[in-house]
Amino acid sequence: MKFTMSWLKDHLETKHKDNQIIDKLTDVGLEVESFENISSELDDFKVAKIINAEQHPNADRLSVCDVDIGQQKIVKVVCGAPNAKKGLLTVYAGPGSVIPKNNMKLTVSKIRGVTSYGMLCSESELKLSDESEGITELKPSKYLDKIGKNFFKNNTEKVVDLSITPNRPDCLGVRGIARDLAAAGAGKLKSISHKNIKKDGSQNIKVSITKDKNQGCTIFASCLIKGVTNKESPKWLKEKIESLGQKPISAIVDITNYVMLDLNRPLHAYDADKIDKEIIVRNSKKGETFEALDNKEYKLDDGMCVISDQSGVLGLGGVIGGTRSGTELETKNILLESAYFIPRSIRKTSKLLNIDTDAKFRFERGIDPQSVELGLQKASQLISEICGGKISNFDIQKIKQYKNLEIKFSTSLFEKITGFKVKENEIIKILKDLGIEVSKKKSELNLKVPSWRPDISQPIDIVEEVVRIKGYENIETIEPKKNRIKDTLNKQQKLFHFLQRSVASKGYFETVTWSFTDSKINNFFKENLKEIRIINPISSDLDVLRNSIFSNLTFYLKKNLDRGFKDISLFEIGPTFKSKQPGEQLTVIGAIKSGKISRLNWNEKDRSVDIFDVKKDLIQTLMEAGYDKQSFFIRDKSPSYYHPGKSGSVYLDKDDIDPVAYFGELHPNIVKKLDIKTEGVVGFEIYLDYLKDTKIKLKDQKLNFEYSDYQKSERDYAFVVDKNYKAQDLIEIISSIDKNLIRSIKIFDIYEGENIPDGKKSIALNVTIQSSEKTLEENDLEKINKLIISTVESKSGAKIRS
Amino acid sequence: MSDIKKIKDEYLNKLDNDLDTESVNQIKTELFGKNGQISNSFKTLGSLPNDERKKFASDLNSIKEELQEKINSKLQEIEIKEINSKLENEKLDVTLPEREIKQGKIHPVSQVIDEISSIFSEIGFSVEEGPDVENEHYNFTALNTPDNHPARDMHDTFYLDNNKEILLRTHTSPVQVRTMLNGKPPFKIIAPGRTYRSDSDQTHSPMFHQVEGLHIDKDINMGHLKGCLNYFIKSFFEVDKIKMRFRPSHFPFTEPSAEVDIGYELKDGKIVIGEGDKWLEILGCGMVHPNVLKNVNVNPDKYQGYAFGIGIDRLGMLKYGINDLRAFFETDYRWLNHFGFDPLDVPSNYRGLSR
Repeated sequence: MKFTMSWLKDHLETKHKDNQIIDKLTDVGLEVESFENISSELDDFKVAKIINAEQHPNADRLSVCDVDIGQQKIVKVVCGAPNAKKGLLTVYAGPGSVIPKNNMKLTVSKIRGVTSYGMLCSESELKLSDESEGITELKPSKYLDKIGKNFFKNNTEKVVDLSITPNRPDCLGVRGIARDLAAAGAGKLKSISHKNIKKDGSQNIKVSITKDKNQGCTIFASCLIKGVTNKESPKWLKEKIESLGQKPISAIVDITNYVMLDLNRPLHAYDADKIDKEIIVRNSKKGETFEALDNKEYKLDDGMCVISDQSGVLGLGGVIGGTRSGTELETKNILLESAYFIPRSIRKTSKLLNIDTDAKFRFERGIDPQSVELGLQKASQLISEICGGKISNFDIQKIKQYKNLEIKFSTSLFEKITGFKVKENEIIKILKDLGIEVSKKKSELNLKVPSWRPDISQPIDIVEEVVRIKGYENIETIEPKKNRIKDTLNKQQKLFHFLQRSVASKGYFETVTWSFTDSKINNFFKENLKEIRIINPISSDLDVLRNSIFSNLTFYLKKNLDRGFKDISLFEIGPTFKSKQPGEQLTVIGAIKSGKISRLNWNEKDRSVDIFDVKKDLIQTLMEAGYDKQSFFIRDKSPSYYHPGKSGSVYLDKDDIDPVAYFGELHPNIVKKLDIKTEGVVGFEIYLDYLKDTKIKLKDQKLNFEYSDYQKSERDYAFVVDKNYKAQDLIEIISSIDKNLIRSIKIFDIYEGENIPDGKKSIALNVTIQSSEKTLEENDLEKINKLIISTVESKSGAKIRS
Repeated sequence: MSDIKKIKDEYLNKLDNDLDTESVNQIKTELFGKNGQISNSFKTLGSLPNDERKKFASDLNSIKEELQEKINSKLQEIEIKEINSKLENEKLDVTLPEREIKQGKIHPVSQVIDEISSIFSEIGFSVEEGPDVENEHYNFTALNTPDNHPARDMHDTFYLDNNKEILLRTHTSPVQVRTMLNGKPPFKIIAPGRTYRSDSDQTHSPMFHQVEGLHIDKDINMGHLKGCLNYFIKSFFEVDKIKMRFRPSHFPFTEPSAEVDIGYELKDGKIVIGEGDKWLEILGCGMVHPNVLKNVNVNPDKYQGYAFGIGIDRLGMLKYGINDLRAFFETDYRWLNHFGFDPLDVPSNYRGLSR
């Protein structure tokens, strides 16, 4: 909403200075976006200095000037004036400027092979004088310190631009703003002067509002003005329209706009001679078409509120008029419409047809239904004053009565909500200043809400009005109490924060990427999940919700590789989506690692990242989060986007149904399709939703501390097993032989090749044996040794390597 | 006797010289070998008369001990010397780089969320979360923003179905609705999380983060709201004083509503929070609308309170001097390294928000 201070003062008698009014507007909740001169075409002309002038290489009479226009860059301008010399102060017009003399719009152009950015202007081109021989010469005494500044003074009045919240349609008119300011003590609201207008004859075009279902129009008031001479608006009106940066069109259009901006009362003027017999306000029929004032043809659905005559649709009520009945300079007789349209209906129609007009914006927020007559009065009076013509009686068709809403308000509610007290008579004054009728009844106030305030519907709205006008600075600051009834984080949230920092501590950079992704990349990772399309994506490559955490991670891995980084460790913790149902999402950590370990390191040999790097990070993270590694179980099943032979899944317990994590090398085909060029890409995922509570809590008492001082012995074994045999199984077999004696098992070598049969491998392990009761003697050791060999051989089909 | 004393003096002298292990061992043989001088002297013991024998034996023993001790210490001395000279040759260039360091980083958004949670934890708020995908009822209707209300235009919404019933939440406020529907007052929660609007330019990103706050009890008024936010902003920016301004505004789900500005000044192109005469809008808040309370089965005649919503990314930008919002989500390794936090820097009440 834009207005000038002088326009405001048509409604507000005030001694406040501009800046006080600006502050007051902010204080009452009318947010000031800006208060400045509207830019004028003349702002394009700048004071400039020629800092160098050289002969044009291809033209004797032209020179190429380096011009300082007060910006960092010096511009080059080709100039034909004989006085274009080094050191001259003159007037510069940049590309896009319009030269006042001939309305020519400047562009960047090549003049005989040299590019010229803009132009240096003569006095005649600027319409300052007839002098056209050379470019304008400015006196250094006056202009030397003004290089880069506007040459022409901007004479426009400063414009206030307010951002009006959708609940305040009344402030879409200057009067509404003046009313708020007056209530807040910034002056007095002037009353609207009622000149008696002479009405002559009846409005003889029949108007009817049909009783259609969901009729969007409830009041249609109109009058005829016959014998008008439409013309250019008078100076005062043009200036008003121009002051808001709008273009005057014709007196009749300007007057309807003026009344709308002044009182927030939209009007529509028809050329009465173009109306076919009568006005029917009705619902549209499917397939009806009409050409609107934006010169577009609209095809209507059924149930839209249209103003029509016997020939068809004239306009969409409250949204946009039609060309068929539009007023022109030749228009002689006009029908002036002042109506009330139901916001819901306006919104529905404009959404369906995708039309956004000033009238729509206003009606959708709620126009004062009781202002129809005032609007007709003010506009018809202005039209007859400016364009002449005879005004008919007003015809008012209504299918609904609008009564002012009544609210019972107990002033104690104010203190209850705001925490401070305002005296009752002050509350009453504020409410009255806002146009609310107040009558006192015992401890309550009976309030009658003015029809221009559709936002006020219950006592809490009255509290808001009073506290807003009184000022939010009156609310006292109550220090918060420092007591806590409930834990800040629940278990799952604690786990989230812990895992996040645990993964990061292993050298990964945390990233946050969109929850949506490119369906093409998502397809690599979505497995059997359904694609979740966004109906209106921000761009075609962010068109689905991510089914996996890896789609964006791999995308950004590639981006960083392309930036020249080689060894990258990234992770994200966030949602992935199973379906479009609310809540059907998982919280997942995805981590990805590329390149080499110890690249270009002087004391360590480099190697590509491999799955045991990420397996270590994964297992360590789970251990740090309190899960018992001893009960972890690894399977070689994993989603298809991993390398089928170099990936696995982690179960917290052998008997668990769902794995809590996957790890492995990214499938080489995907790496290739994504055009990721690096030595290796490995990664892991942790599914937080599947992580059960840890069995042992930090707060629990620890187990008794037990240790053995008896001598421990170590034995090495090498078993030859099938190539696909799992080390995990071997360890499990050995450790379950005697949990008391076998303290640890370490695999120290895996060997295939010479001396080992095809399809077999040798697993070498070291077993630590220790008793907590005695030092084991040689025959005890020999016994367990034999047991280990025989058990392994019988259970796994392995052969001890001799 | 004089013979053995002579031997003693002679060899003690010899051992005082600069010798290597080999020469000391040579001396050892000369003295204590099979035909060594001391060994031989012991052999003479038998031929001595009884009265002399005892004394000679005693003298001889003490000389033997003295010499042995001298030899041992000499050997030790040489050993230490040899080690020292060997170490001398083992000198490394300790300025060579250490083994590879892989320092991880926490994203600024996560760090700021932890800071926020830590601050609100101290004044008794707990953290709630809700789904990113919402239905329009929780995101709008229950929050007093009915369909066909222009306030819906304030949010550019991503939809997941053509009926516009399922959407990506445009704010964290639906968590208010879910929390209140699932519990009984009082409520004192914050809800940080991802939010989405189909808007993308220098200062808008299609995804961003908000933290919702909600405090409902029997007597929570606008003064509590002011106090809570004042406390939060001061704690967050780690300053003692903050200039704050509450401006009336409008949100469908609060009444009265306010926007909060904080004072700042520009120093060397950076925003300095606290003083200065410029205002920066940082959050929206208000008293929860009675209609919202009714929608979640809380009696507005008995319970009242406030809610607020703060842009997390923006807070982070202000506190840590980050200029470009979009860079938050672009995963530039250099950016993550520059603006990220060490994982061990966990914001907490007792050790402070930041180092």
